[in-house]
Amino acid sequence: MSTASVAQVHGVTFTGVTRSEWTKLRSVRSSRWCLFLTALFVIAIGILVCLVNESRYPNLHHAFHPLDSSLVGVNLAQFAVGVLGVLTITAEYSTGMIRSSLCAVPKRLPVLWGKAAVFAVVTFVIGLPSVFIAFLVGQSILSGKHIQIAISHPGVLRALIGAALFLAVMGLLGLGLGAIIRTTAGGISALVAIVFVIPPILDLALPASWYNTISGYLPASAGGALWTINPASHTLAPWAGFAVFCAYAAVSLAVGAVLLRQRDV
Amino acid sequence: MIEVTSITKRYGHTVAVDDLSFAVRPGMVTGFLGPNGAGKSTTMRLILGLDAPDSGDAIVNGKPYREHAAPLREVGALLEARSVHTGRSARDHLLALAQTHGIPRSRVDELIDMVGLHDVAKERVGGFSLGMGQRLGIAQALLGDPKTVMLDEPVNGLDPEGIQWVRHLLQGLAAEGRTVFVSSHLMSEMAQTAEHLIVIGRGRMIADTSVEQFLAGASKKVVRVRSPELQSLTEALTGADVTVTALEPPAAEVVGLTAEQIGDAAAARGIALHELTPIQASLEEAFMEVTQDALQFHSAEVEGARAEVEEMRA
Repeated sequence: MSTASVAQVHGVTFTGVTRSEWTKLRSVRSSRWCLFLTALFVIAIGILVCLVNESRYPNLHHAFHPLDSSLVGVNLAQFAVGVLGVLTITAEYSTGMIRSSLCAVPKRLPVLWGKAAVFAVVTFVIGLPSVFIAFLVGQSILSGKHIQIAISHPGVLRALIGAALFLAVMGLLGLGLGAIIRTTAGGISALVAIVFVIPPILDLALPASWYNTISGYLPASAGGALWTINPASHTLAPWAGFAVFCAYAAVSLAVGAVLLRQRDV
Repeated sequence: MIEVTSITKRYGHTVAVDDLSFAVRPGMVTGFLGPNGAGKSTTMRLILGLDAPDSGDAIVNGKPYREHAAPLREVGALLEARSVHTGRSARDHLLALAQTHGIPRSRVDELIDMVGLHDVAKERVGGFSLGMGQRLGIAQALLGDPKTVMLDEPVNGLDPEGIQWVRHLLQGLAAEGRTVFVSSHLMSEMAQTAEHLIVIGRGRMIADTSVEQFLAGASKKVVRVRSPELQSLTEALTGADVTVTALEPPAAEVVGLTAEQIGDAAAARGIALHELTPIQASLEEAFMEVTQDALQFHSAEVEGARAEVEEMRA
């Protein structure tokens, strides 16, 4: 009766688990929404800010920079991506899906690595064209007042690709935090605290010299170094900063992996 | 084949499973019985490696579940609580699980048809009734064509037709030589489905026996009699442990004597009998009898704990 068509059931492979995670990601409404918002924030906000700056010319804000104007949406998009990273794993705990997932893959860790691989690729593939659209449309708007920057300008291409990489790694940081904390509310809170809340608190709490020493190593600042050519003071070099940011994501995923292996579900 | 050896699991101070050992053999349906909270679901989670035991181990088809190369081919499980993302369709849910093992999409469609979810396969699982959820869970359990099927309360929420269907399905799977392990708190259901029983209470083994022996072993034996001379018959049936309970006249239930003894006693006194029926204790009753101690102990303990809390408050 049930033996008919399963002549061949193969073992668990990483390719299989990755395919499975892709099916999971694409088949849930919330992930499609988060990915749509990510693209929307990057493109719409970037274009909007370029329109505003173009119309304000020549009374521009002193910190105006054409590249930063195009990429300002990344600041909001990082939140959508981070939330999706958290949800990718916490939704499995809140719905109980994790039990089905771990019955299929009882060695457990491939599930987390599969999620990370699929998630990183998907967010990069969505982030990269979004960033380029935001840049190209934004710069053509600014060119009306000749305040644009060319893609051939040193560092611009690196910043554009870097913005997409930054988004992907922000999602992985969220995934790691979600794997550690296992609840959606807790995971999102932790992400917001680490990225948005703790830096300004440290700024207020620490003596200026201390803060200046560590500020470049805080996640948002370190990761942000890659997607600007107009860095604030005490910012790390682009790729060095990005490496630090990747380390945050790697540590959160590693801790998440150890706990996934050990805990009851 | 499932082999559980001296397995123990504690959650905080509560012992959910207490030194439990048993084997579930292929080729028959084994019922896993116990009152709610007895530790059935925990035992199943321990077998699947979802929870780690504090001591002891569980072996499935020769290895711990985790060590199998194709776990879904070894054990197909329906877990007690919902284990499905509510925002996903039934088909995508099954497909995602199938893909981990390279199981083809055609198998997913085949199972969806088999469990009768064809018309709702593309709808979000969150809108499913309890019965539809159970059907999806059963499809999930059969996905890898497993050698061992382990179902936690599979008939929960199913209509009579669905219950009938599950019963035939399980017996069919067992007849194919698979190991079938089914938990339930519905004794009557198990009486019709299972051949062997494992009964636990408060995480401890109460009985590991065939259904037949379980029923035979129940101490209370009842015989229903009908007689136009019920009064004389009652007087004739005397003995230390004999009780006669009058039902709708002229019927009565006799406890403590066999049908043969009653018939002989009536014949000796020339009393006419219109009915003499040994009534086998139902599985339900047998179950209540063997688990009563465990239950009483439990409620006494809860009472004790509650009293302690009250005291501390006062």
